[in-house]
Order: sequence, then structure tokens, then C-alpha cells
Amino acid sequence: MDFDLSDEQSLLKDSVSRWAANTYGTLDPLTAARTEPLGFPEARWSELADLGLLGLPFAEADGGFGGGPVEMLVVKEALGRVMAPEPYLASIILGGGALRLAGSADQKAALLPGLMDGTARLAFAHGEVQARYDLNDVATTARAVAGGFRLEGRKSVVLNADAARTLVVSARTSGARRDAAGITLFLLPADVPGVTVSAYPTQDGGRAGDVTLSEVFVPAHSMLGAPDAGLPVIERVVEGAIAALCAEAVGLMEALHGLTVEYLKTRKQFGVAIGSFQALQHKAVDMFVALEQARSMALYAGMMLEAEDDAERRAALSAAKVQINRSARLVGQTAVQLHGGIGMTMEYLGAHHFRRLAMIELMFGDTPYHQRRVVAAGGLVGAA
Amino acid sequence: MDLRFTPQETAFRAEVRSFFRTEIPAEIRAKVSEGRPLAREDYVTSQRILDAKGWAVPHWPVEHGGQPWTTVQRYIFMEELMQAAVPLPLQFNCFMVGPVIATFGNAAQKARFLPRIKSLEDWWCQGFSEPGAGSDLASLKTRAVRDGDHYIVDGQKAWTTLGQYADWIFCLVRTDMAAKKQQGISFLLIDMKSPGVTVRPIITIDGRHEVNEVFLDAVRVPVENLVGEENKGWDYAKFLLANERTGIARIGISKERIARIKRLARTTPAGAGTMWDDLDFRSRLAAVEIELKALEITQMRVVAAQATRDPTKPDPASSILKIKGSELQQATTELLLELAGPNALPAARAQAGDNDVEALLAWADTAAPTYFNMRKVSIYGGSNEIQHNVIAKAILGL
Repeated sequence: MDFDLSDEQSLLKDSVSRWAANTYGTLDPLTAARTEPLGFPEARWSELADLGLLGLPFAEADGGFGGGPVEMLVVKEALGRVMAPEPYLASIILGGGALRLAGSADQKAALLPGLMDGTARLAFAHGEVQARYDLNDVATTARAVAGGFRLEGRKSVVLNADAARTLVVSARTSGARRDAAGITLFLLPADVPGVTVSAYPTQDGGRAGDVTLSEVFVPAHSMLGAPDAGLPVIERVVEGAIAALCAEAVGLMEALHGLTVEYLKTRKQFGVAIGSFQALQHKAVDMFVALEQARSMALYAGMMLEAEDDAERRAALSAAKVQINRSARLVGQTAVQLHGGIGMTMEYLGAHHFRRLAMIELMFGDTPYHQRRVVAAGGLVGAA
Repeated sequence: MDLRFTPQETAFRAEVRSFFRTEIPAEIRAKVSEGRPLAREDYVTSQRILDAKGWAVPHWPVEHGGQPWTTVQRYIFMEELMQAAVPLPLQFNCFMVGPVIATFGNAAQKARFLPRIKSLEDWWCQGFSEPGAGSDLASLKTRAVRDGDHYIVDGQKAWTTLGQYADWIFCLVRTDMAAKKQQGISFLLIDMKSPGVTVRPIITIDGRHEVNEVFLDAVRVPVENLVGEENKGWDYAKFLLANERTGIARIGISKERIARIKRLARTTPAGAGTMWDDLDFRSRLAAVEIELKALEITQMRVVAAQATRDPTKPDPASSILKIKGSELQQATTELLLELAGPNALPAARAQAGDNDVEALLAWADTAAPTYFNMRKVSIYGGSNEIQHNVIAKAILGL
């Protein structure tokens, strides 16, 4: 049992943290980045490539750095701390995760170099409006035709869809809308006829889009993984995204807690720093406890990400998301409360942390959803 | 970073688990699990078995009977002990007065007291709190005035847990009336059989006799029973409170209670089925399990950090363990009470058979006392509000 980072991991943490602090860290550069057409400056993405972050999770044999869950946690926590708007989650962890887990050697050879050098991004077009959090709920269809498939349907809230050159799309090749079997993944260039990306800003300062697929032809060789067997891949990809969000939320909460404690020390009322009031001190401590509990569960999520027992791994990731969601809500709400009026304004950095934390709660499963999954698994403590 | 245990640690866990479950009498462990009062003999029997194995005080210095274990091994040992519902080695002996004497006592005191502390031949109780000195412990008023080779001690100690069984009491007493609060306090060992010592039971909200008031009326205490230097007692008390915080979250106890709730829920009738079919109940249970898992990792982080910390200084992070650990212990007793439902009301009633309904009657009578009793855990050992103050000051700098 060892919570220390290796030398390489410490170096990674330092370099990402330095980049993050120099690039963002205050509201002005963040606001400037968000007003770019894609919600982030292209030049920043290239910098992430130069730092080696875009190739981090991919195998060395594929030209990547072979990073595992710990490296991912380190990067996402550091990027989360400054709310870096670059589509690392969408492109590297979600889209890249699907390619990493299910891609053939040819597909990796075709797509990974561009993904890793920052010239071609991916997005993960899986969610649909009616599905909420159920990963098996796919209405989009893929009809077999000569030489390939025709896709028809609508994908909802595809993160950074407008920044992607290639979409990882799930569609039903057999079965009914909610069947576990019958879902197939495809690699689809975003600019082929019949694909329409309708992009929009999100409530946390990011971007997403709805992807409409209208009689879109996909050649058979663009199938990602085995036919009808996409769901297990999708589940693993989403588990990776949950762990990444846990780490991001820890970075966010740490930054927000730091801002709040600093504010308590400097804001004066009644002639004294408001941090001298015990009622406020204890709320700041409750935030700290929630943050540390979240940090522990983010580590747990990372540790369990590669566990082989499906049931154990799923319950662990769900438990982690529940804890992160609970902590995020407490830390976010308390921070706004302790700041008073200034915490309610878009002029204040902490308000942006709050918004992002609130949206993280809703991504890839909210608290009731994941708590039900833990219940269905029989909980975490054995009865024996 | 690797959160897994090594094969050696896993083997160690299996060894201690097997020992606890085969060597400690099942009827004693059942009492602990079911929340029934333990007799003095139960504590003694259990601790003697541990002592014979060399495991009563593994965290002590090796020359006084400790084990050369890593912090992780100690952590595993305590977790497994709690999960097996083994009575904790008497806290006052093994975690409080023992380490103080081992660290600050003189050679004669070590030789005289430590073996008997370890084997529970002497039962010790704690004389810190007073009616007027709770969270503000340093305001204590019990005084010890030097008279030749003796101190004359006058005062009153409160919340003396299991003092009714005690042979000895370790006390904080004021030896310099002129000095400022924390100075002028000494650490004194007092034989409970001394003339002038009176123990009065206090019945707590669970209806049981667990704590006492101890009156000290002109008690003559030989000066050789002073630990360390006169007027340095506050330092020793701080050491005592900081010493060995492993297990303060009592995660193993909460896990054991959750496991028991799960077993009982499957046989507790509710509606057309059992309480295990009640998804609202199981959802509340799962919420506690999730927080407990987070706290378990938090505790492992604190344990891992202990290896490089000054062991005599309190780790303010252990305040997190105290706050969350006590909240979760209390939450499990609330779930147990909810599980018992209306059958928790009778303080005692006869069981007529051995089916599920009758079995429910047999265990439900301890649900309420357990819930009542565990309200103490957010009060003792530095109340949770004091723990908030500690974190605000020591970690947040407020």
C-alpha cells in the first residue's frame, strides 16, 4: 500500500500543473479561451500534444506513452484545477478510449498519430435524449447495405462534437432499443454526407453538440470492434470517463476550497476577517472533509478501473461517482454561500467552479442512478 | 502508487483473522456484535488470549512487549480485530497509560506497571475530565499538594468509563495553582483502593452502567507515582491523545455492524417479504457503505503518511477520521434501529421459538440501547466540534 507517485509520475504532475497554472488559473485567460469558436484555442491543444499528454494513455507500441490510471488521475486533476477547456475528456479519454480498447491495428495506425500529435480529434457520439444514463439504450440504427452500413438517428450532448474530425458512433445493428446485445461502434468522419453537428455551449463553459445521422454510409472496415458487441466496450469507456471526472472534480474542489479559505481570511466584516467566525470555519472544514473523502474515492476509482471482476469494478466506479457527486454538491454550494454575493456572479472564478461541479454531477450517472447500481450489487461490505 | 496490499500483508491479514475467529471465544464476540454488555471477565479473558500470543499491545516498543510491525500491519490487525467483533484491548491500559509510562515513566515504573497493564492484571481507568472541565480540559481543578513523600489529592473526576472495574486511575491533577492553565498540571497514578477514593455509578441513556464519577477526598499518593516531571503533565496528556490514532475511525466496527444488518435484514419480515426487499432501506445502507469506503481509503492515506511523521505530534488529518468515523458509526446504529422497527421498543422479552419472527425478538432488544449508547462517539475523544476547530486552525489556518 503506497500512495506516493513514482518519479516519472511526479514529473508528469509538475509539468501539467505548471502548464495549467501558466495558461489558465485566473478567469481572464479562461474567458478568452471559451470565446474561441471551438471553446478553446487550437494552439493550446498543440501544447498538450507537446507535453505528451495526448499520447499518454496509448500503448508504447502504438506510439503512446503507456500511461495507466494513475497518470490519468494526475493529468485530469491538474487540468480540472484550472478548468482547462480543452477536450481532453471528449477526445482522449472517451473517443481515444474506445479506439484504444476496440480498435484494430489498421484503425489505430490510421487515427492515433493524428490524435496524439493534436491534428485530429475524436468525439464519443453515444448518448441519446431518451437514454438518460442507460448505456444500453440505443435507438440509432445501422442497417447493413452493400459494402457497409447506413446509419440513422440522433446522438445527444456529444462532448466537443464540433472539435472532432472523427466520431465514435454507437448504433444498433440488431435487437430492440434497450437490448444489451446488438449495439455496434463505428468510426465516422464528421464531414461525410448525412452527418450534421449542431453545436452549442454548455452550462459549465464547455461545448457539446447533437449529431444527426441521416442515411449516413459507413464502410464495413470502419466498424470499431465486433458487431453487436459494442456495449461492453462502451461500459469500459464510460468507466474510464467516470474515473477521469472524479479526478477532475477533486482538482476543482481543491481549487474552490482554496479560494474560499483565502476569501475567509481576507474578507472583513464587523471589523474582523470573517474567517474568525466559528460558524464559517466549521463550514469550511466540512468542505475540506468532503474534499478529502472525494480524493480517496477518486484514487479508489483509479485503482479499480482495471479490476477484472465486472461486478466488483462496476460497483466501485458507481460508489466513487456517488461520493464525488455528494462532495461536489456540498463543496460547491458551501463555497457560494461562504462567498456571499460575490459568489453569485460570473465575474468570480469560484462561481465557474460551482457550475462545472454541478454539471459533473449529471454526467455519466447522477447520484440516485449510481446509488441504485451499488444497491443492486448488494453494497460494498460483504454480509459474511 | 499502489493501493493493493502486498502478498505478505494479505497473508498477515489471513493469519490474524483466523486467530481472532478461532481463539477468542465465540460467546464473547457474539456479545460485542450484538451490543450486549461485557462482564469484566470477558475483557480479561480476551486480552489474556491476545497477550499470550504477544498481540495485546503490538504498537508498544518491542522491549515492552510490542511487535516490530509496520503501520500497515497494525492497521490490518485493528481492522480485523474489529471486524471479528473481538473486544478492543482495554483502551485505557493499552493505548493510554501504557504508552505514557513506556515513554515518560522511570525504570521502576516501567518494570512495576507495564507487564500488568499489558496482561490486564491491573485494570486502569482515565481521570482526565471533570464536571467543569470537558472540552476545556486544561481548566481542571483537582489538586495535588505535596506533603513529604506524598501528594494529597482532592477533587472530582467525571465520565470515568468502566471505573467500577478499575484497580488504578491515571489522573491529571493541578500541582501548581499559580501557573497558567496548561502549565501546573501533573500526571499521577492513583491506586483505586486508596482511602478517600469513591466511585459513584452514572447510568447512561442506554440504561447501562458504563461510566462513573470518581471522588478523590484527601487521597494520599506516593510521589513515586508521579510520571515524568511535575507540572509537565499536559505534554504527556497531549502525547496520550495523539498516540496511536490508527483505528480511531472504527471502520472495522462499522463494517461488522453493516454485515450484521445485511444478515438480519434478510430474515426480518416486512410486507410480503423481508427488509432486504425494501429498496429505500438498502439505498440508505448503501449510502453509508459508500462513505465508509471513502473513509477507509482516507484512513489508509493517513496510515501511509504516519510512516514519515513525528509520532509524538498529533496528525490533524486524524480529525477527519474522528468526525466521519463517528458519524458513520452512528449512522449504522440508526439503520439497525430502523431495521428492528417497533420490535425495538421492548427492553426485554421472551423468545418463544426459533423461526425468523422469534429470532427478531431475540436481537431487537439491543438495537435501541446500541443507538442510544453510540451518541457518545461524536462527544468523547474531543467532540466533533472540537475536531472542526482543530482542522480550521491546524490545516486551514483560520
